[in-house]
Amino acid sequence: MNDHSHQHSPRTLPRYSATFDQHSISEIERAAATGIYDIRGGGAKRKVPHFDDLLFLGASMSRYPLEGYREKCGTDVVLGSRFAKKPIELKIPITIAGMSFGSLSGHAKEALGRGASAMGTSTTTGDGGMTQEERGHSKTLVYQYLPSRYGMNPDDLRQADAIEVVVGQGAKPGGGGMLLGQKISPRVARMRTLPEGIDQRSACRHPDWTGPDDLEIKIEELRELTDWEKPIYVKVGATRPYYDTALAVKSGADVVVLDGMQGGTAATQEVFIEHVGIPILAAIRPAVQALQDLGMHRKVQLIVSGGIRNGADVAKALALGADAVSIGTAALIALGDNDPKLEAEYQKLGTTAGAYDDWHEGNDPAGITTQRPDLEARLDPVKAGRRLANYLAVLTLEAQTIARACGKNHVHNLEPEDLVALTVEAAAMAKVPLAGTNWIPGQGGY
Amino acid sequence: MPEFDLARSEVRELNQALHALQRETNETHWKVRNPGGKHALAVGLDLPITVEIDGHAGYYCAGMNKEATVIVSGNAGVGVAENMMSGEVRVKGDASQSAGATGHGGLLVIEGNASARCGISMKGIDIVVKGSIGPMSAFMAQAGNLVVFGDAGEALGDSIYEARLFVRGKVSGLGADCIEKEMGPEDREALEGVLAKAGMDGEVTPDDFRLYGSARRLYHFNIDNVDAY
Ligand SMILES: Cc1cc2nc3c(=O)[nH]c(=O)nc-3n(C[C@H](O)[C@H](O)[C@H](O)COP(=O)(O)O)c2cc1C
Repeated sequence: MNDHSHQHSPRTLPRYSATFDQHSISEIERAAATGIYDIRGGGAKRKVPHFDDLLFLGASMSRYPLEGYREKCGTDVVLGSRFAKKPIELKIPITIAGMSFGSLSGHAKEALGRGASAMGTSTTTGDGGMTQEERGHSKTLVYQYLPSRYGMNPDDLRQADAIEVVVGQGAKPGGGGMLLGQKISPRVARMRTLPEGIDQRSACRHPDWTGPDDLEIKIEELRELTDWEKPIYVKVGATRPYYDTALAVKSGADVVVLDGMQGGTAATQEVFIEHVGIPILAAIRPAVQALQDLGMHRKVQLIVSGGIRNGADVAKALALGADAVSIGTAALIALGDNDPKLEAEYQKLGTTAGAYDDWHEGNDPAGITTQRPDLEARLDPVKAGRRLANYLAVLTLEAQTIARACGKNHVHNLEPEDLVALTVEAAAMAKVPLAGTNWIPGQGGY
Repeated sequence: MPEFDLARSEVRELNQALHALQRETNETHWKVRNPGGKHALAVGLDLPITVEIDGHAGYYCAGMNKEATVIVSGNAGVGVAENMMSGEVRVKGDASQSAGATGHGGLLVIEGNASARCGISMKGIDIVVKGSIGPMSAFMAQAGNLVVFGDAGEALGDSIYEARLFVRGKVSGLGADCIEKEMGPEDREALEGVLAKAGMDGEVTPDDFRLYGSARRLYHFNIDNVDAY
């Protein structure tokens, strides 16, 4: 064995397993050391079929584009026209998704309200009730009606511009909220009627209804409570989108909100985030199909979310039949989450800018996912609101750019026929042809 | 006394008439005839008026009530007085599931029995049930007092926070993290207060009740409680 010639013979490089990759190994080590599952914020991080797998065809011999600077391309959207006496009118088809005060700081909520209002769109409360910061700064505010009913009260219900009944969310369909002790500050505890500092789990099922027949009666109650004025949304995580959409319509929803598995969360088990639910790309067409089968497409509006980053994502979601999109993670990044300028502080937390997802721990150096007053003070709600408004403007301009190139004078006129897919998977999920072919998997042909 | 006949008009008209009342109104006592088990009766009231429902109510009667007194002479469906903030709701008959669910305040009295999930997620409401309550009652109950003259079903107070559960009869089983507790002077005072508020202080002896509440073992994630998550 001590043969020296061995040292000089060629050796294979150390090889990491594709199955037991470094992340899997570190997770096994972590689990073995602690005995409890990993909790984190954010959405699915592994690669799943997404809007990047689609392309627009643009104009050609048979399609005429619109002039970029001269010809109007509308972006407005009306939500809640089915039953509500006072539907919501938004200037852009991009809303801010429900994120709780508790998971987010008061300044972050204020900044979301400022940015959204500047661009003529709405924000949404979350699993912690409505705060004055948010009501005060959001011209249009959607009030979430969640299983926990933390802070739920009729005055806030009446102050809201719309009500969103949350059945589930994409990051954790079938899971309730979670807020760990570090973030249960005295104010958060008071708003939720909980002891300070406990690790809080919120319910995953509504306490007073189960199933679509009951939901119909619940929605009737919410309408009676608010004199039939307010649009009522039903939010579901993307799992069985055809049936969920059909049942939401049957239950009397004005708007269906569909959130894909990439959608962010403030805190949940990693295994839940990565392995439950389907990508939004796979969910839109079945949901639209359900609306079309019921004669309700464009009458009951569809808002989709989960991994929306740029105007192309917005345009693709609309082309597949959505009426609007909603953003969570991207809005937080626009406010300043994961900013490379804070790299030294992320390093101290054992992570790096761009990968920071310990939102549940409440130590966010950007002052967004925290309840610590010293950290919150770092986020200037006016400046952060401005950044969000800028970002929303860019999303809108980008979506318009694409719509004009496809010859559309309103972003809602984008259609599946404007799209092709780069992969067979995306072609099957989005039901558009594989680029360069007329093949839609599952729809005949070869 | 203004009367509303639901055989002739819609629930929507009833609720809108009640919502339209001003604080200085003289129409402070209403009677609703022929409720016929209709849903969402007298929801979202916001004034100290009294509404008597002459018969059975469907789901969510008196939902989100503030200040008003709502009396149901018959039975009440699912979620009676759900998310009540203040005021009083009294059901002379039995109540279905989730009575007083998520209630933040006020008093709910069920003179008959209440079904499963009574007081689920309660957040400060006081509930008195003269009969018995069904399984999974006071699930995740956060605050307030639930007083039961009869028995309680399986899994009482599962994952309970700081609510107090007083039961005079038999408890079929306690849920995760719910334990029997010794009744201290403050607890006793709370019980007596609720009974007095319900006008039932002479009817029962506080000493006959046993107190159940949180063992607080699930307040922090801990590997040794892993079965309960
Ligand atoms: C910090 C944070 C908190 C959230 N809180 C809630 C909530 O309280 N209720 C809810 O329905 N969804 C909540 N969500 C999910 C969002 O509403 C939305 O579905 C999701 O963020 C959309 O996906 P995206 O993050 O990829 O844009 C939260 C998301 C984040 C990032």
